[in-house]
Amino acid sequence: MKANVWHGKHDVRVEKVPDPRIINPRDAIVKITSTAICGSDLHMYDGHIPSMESGDILGHEFMGEVVEVGPAVKNLKAGDRVVVPFTIACGGCFFCERQEHSLCENSNPNASMADRMWGHSPAGVFGYSHLTGGYAGGQAQYARVPFADAGPLKIDDELDDAQVLFLSDILPTGWMAAENCNIQRGDTVAVWGCGPVGQFAIQSAWLLGAERVIAIDRFRERLTMATDWSRAEVLNYEEVDVAEALRDMTGGRGPDACIDAVGMEAHGHGIVAAYDRIKQMMHIESDRPQVLREVMRACRNGGTVSVPGVYGGFTDKMPIGSLMNRSLTVKSGQTHVQRYMQPLLERIRNGDFDPQRLITHQMRLEDAPDAYRMFRDKRDGCVKVVLKPWLH
Amino acid sequence: MAIAAQDYRAKVAGPHAAADLGIALGWLSVGIGLAEFLMPRTVARATGTDEHTHMLRAFGLRELASGTGILLRPHKPGWLWSRVAGDVLDLGFLAFSRKRGHDRRAVLASALVAGVTTLDLLAALNNQQLAHGRQRTESGAIRVRRSLNINRSPQACYRFWRDFENFPSFMQHVDEVSLLDATRSRWRVHAPFGHPVEWNTEIVSDVPSQQLSWRTLPDAEIEHAGVVRFAPGIGGRGTRIEIDLSYLAPPGKTGALLEKLFGEDPSEQVDQDLRRFKQLIEAGEIATTTGQPTGRRSLRERLLHRGNPG
Repeated sequence: MKANVWHGKHDVRVEKVPDPRIINPRDAIVKITSTAICGSDLHMYDGHIPSMESGDILGHEFMGEVVEVGPAVKNLKAGDRVVVPFTIACGGCFFCERQEHSLCENSNPNASMADRMWGHSPAGVFGYSHLTGGYAGGQAQYARVPFADAGPLKIDDELDDAQVLFLSDILPTGWMAAENCNIQRGDTVAVWGCGPVGQFAIQSAWLLGAERVIAIDRFRERLTMATDWSRAEVLNYEEVDVAEALRDMTGGRGPDACIDAVGMEAHGHGIVAAYDRIKQMMHIESDRPQVLREVMRACRNGGTVSVPGVYGGFTDKMPIGSLMNRSLTVKSGQTHVQRYMQPLLERIRNGDFDPQRLITHQMRLEDAPDAYRMFRDKRDGCVKVVLKPWLH
Repeated sequence: MAIAAQDYRAKVAGPHAAADLGIALGWLSVGIGLAEFLMPRTVARATGTDEHTHMLRAFGLRELASGTGILLRPHKPGWLWSRVAGDVLDLGFLAFSRKRGHDRRAVLASALVAGVTTLDLLAALNNQQLAHGRQRTESGAIRVRRSLNINRSPQACYRFWRDFENFPSFMQHVDEVSLLDATRSRWRVHAPFGHPVEWNTEIVSDVPSQQLSWRTLPDAEIEHAGVVRFAPGIGGRGTRIEIDLSYLAPPGKTGALLEKLFGEDPSEQVDQDLRRFKQLIEAGEIATTTGQPTGRRSLRERLLHRGNPG
């Protein structure tokens, strides 16, 4: 089959690789009909995620048709159409029972590696480095899906791929980011980053009862999308001082909840951003937490900081004094996708979400290297790329 | 029955005390190194030696190398040995380049260096021993204790464990266990790149849903004993499994085999085995990527691959 393979920083190639096969009894093989590039794929593309190895197949947002199931998979059969959650979870451990699927204790074959890096291991993830299992990803024509009886969501009706594909990651991720804000009546929520997760976080914040949502970015098309589609007030951080603007807009108090939907590669500006870039290049710190710092300082006293943006390792200059003295709550985590898929599918059906409007580019799998470049450079108004593995 | 905090302290005290001395010596190296490299004249005056500035600078670099080496790998004896060698050089230097009229200073400096040499020697020997066989008991046996929470009842865990023929499914080095009778079984175990060893064990105690223990019959090549306890998890959460394994082999070929069986860190091995048990009983299978497709791996990745293959 064809697959998009990581070979190093800024080097992905579409190669011929062997077809996947059933390895464990609870596996399924899915013929992929749609697969997306995630903002977090760019962290690997830019070489910031540790424990990547050349030859790793990328991709964790995908859906398709079941072509084969292992002997223990009873709820799926060949021909079923499924969306696959990016977090791999067994369904039977302490965390899965608590619906905290991204913390599954049984799905990361490299758990001891993650133990050493992070203290304890989270769940396995498709196509996202060997720290989270080294599973072959879904930017390919086929994928092996472990624990297929516990994760994938069957899509019976006529909803298009474009409408349901994002149940695999970014829609639940945006939703969980907003849910983590514990939104109360009258709350103002500020969202840093108007990429796909940011857009869904804004929309989710409205649905969860926010009074006001303010979004921050610098790319015109993303800010336009945030205003026209997600109905947020927007701030362009290249034009205004965000901290000051937020202070003014909230009567000096600051937003009740702030969401960092940017993560470890924040663009940033000024001397501190330069400092972070140099440290990251020298591998002294792995993450550039520009946005996280801003979010912490901007949030109102006793407010909530929600972090769906991906961080990988270590960082410094965290405003810990601000966090402690102002009673902030920080909520974060990889998304417990399995928990949110069904309820969010209902919300797509009833019109609360219209995810297909996010897609700015649809391309062939072969075009993955170009697509990564365009997405990274934010060229051609690129917000979300969907790859079609069987399109010629 | 659960491992309490004070037990844990006792368990870790040995290796940590040794590493702490090593780390202190590492910092000492860095300090002396900086002083020698940056202000060789002051050092010469303080130690009552001639002003061999270049020599002292070189010594400073040597100290810095040893120091960083120790601080980066405090559990390895190698860089500590480099300190011992350096101490000998220092003593020689002090003896030969003593400055006339400053004998008292040079003698004092020599005494100090000799004291530090003793500490270096102690730390190096200690680390050598630790690196050679971590978690050895006094008799020279390897003993490993680990515990893990399992999201199943003690009954279910016990049942799976009581069937010794299940062992090869989660114990990496156990190839086969066959039952001889109700209490005795024959095990075949292999080390990486080694020939298989066989031994017979008998059940010593069997308290259903609570505890199971076994040991090798007399005349086994490697003496082995194991206890596994199944306690209700804290707060009623599933089961807390505690495993306590020991292995003893005569020095020589079999002893070397035992080393290979467990590598540098026996508890890592047992930890992996316990995790596999957990996966089997909670998820019904062991998570793996072995056999999945990959793109072309570079030579470097193929040589240095860490974690699950695939």
